[in-house]
Amino acid sequence: MDLFIDIITGLCFFIGSLSIIIGACGLIKLPDVFSRIHAAGMIDTGGTAFFLLGMILQTGWSLITVKLILIGVFVFFTSPVTSHVTANLARKKNLMPVGKKIGKLL
Amino acid sequence: MKSISLFVILLGLWLLMSGHYSFLITSLGVLSCAFCVYVARRAKLIDKEGLPLFFFPRLFNYLIWLFKEIFISNLNTAKVIISGKIDPETFTVKASQSTDVAKVTYANSITLTPGTVTTKIKDNMFEVHALNSDFGNDVRSNVMDKKVKWLEGDQ
Repeated sequence: MDLFIDIITGLCFFIGSLSIIIGACGLIKLPDVFSRIHAAGMIDTGGTAFFLLGMILQTGWSLITVKLILIGVFVFFTSPVTSHVTANLARKKNLMPVGKKIGKLL
Repeated sequence: MKSISLFVILLGLWLLMSGHYSFLITSLGVLSCAFCVYVARRAKLIDKEGLPLFFFPRLFNYLIWLFKEIFISNLNTAKVIISGKIDPETFTVKASQSTDVAKVTYANSITLTPGTVTTKIKDNMFEVHALNSDFGNDVRSNVMDKKVKWLEGDQ
């Protein structure tokens, strides 16, 4: 049983690291601020979620599990706010996104 | 009523975070929670917006659905980044929620799913930037809008 949990944990860490690496590649590769925010969002959600899941599997049921879940909750609430602030500031400074615009923008 | 529920939430959080349950420390915790509620009351922070209790009954279902969406769009974003098929588009969508909290939840949910970001908000119109027309169609289909409307209930 322990071995099984260890394997699942390893798998979670692997997927988490993979999404962080792909997100980091995206941060370099994508054309402008707005597209890069998507890559950062991938690191925020996919990366942290899988790493926390792996750590929760290792701790079992204890107060540390609750603290790990709370870290997840706080990241979950703050990361979209920072993404939105970055994007909103770029738009306020009249930076237009690359690519097509559909309809009248705000 | 709202003060009591805030107190219970704060106390639960305190008990889970501390891990020390001797009489002195627990009573200090209860006192500090009561003081926090008093300060929040004095600053008039306890209202519909500060403590959206009407979300809680349906929140669990919504979160499970949202996690599923986040997982799927994570996969799709990874595919787009690796394959390099980037075709960004910007468009506006209408939010049908009536309360501000629900609108914020909707905008946050859009931003939280990778591939779509809310860039501007004016009244009940959101300006959304999508990495690809597939992501754009997901938002334009208004599935998430209806889900948040359902989460909000009859307000």
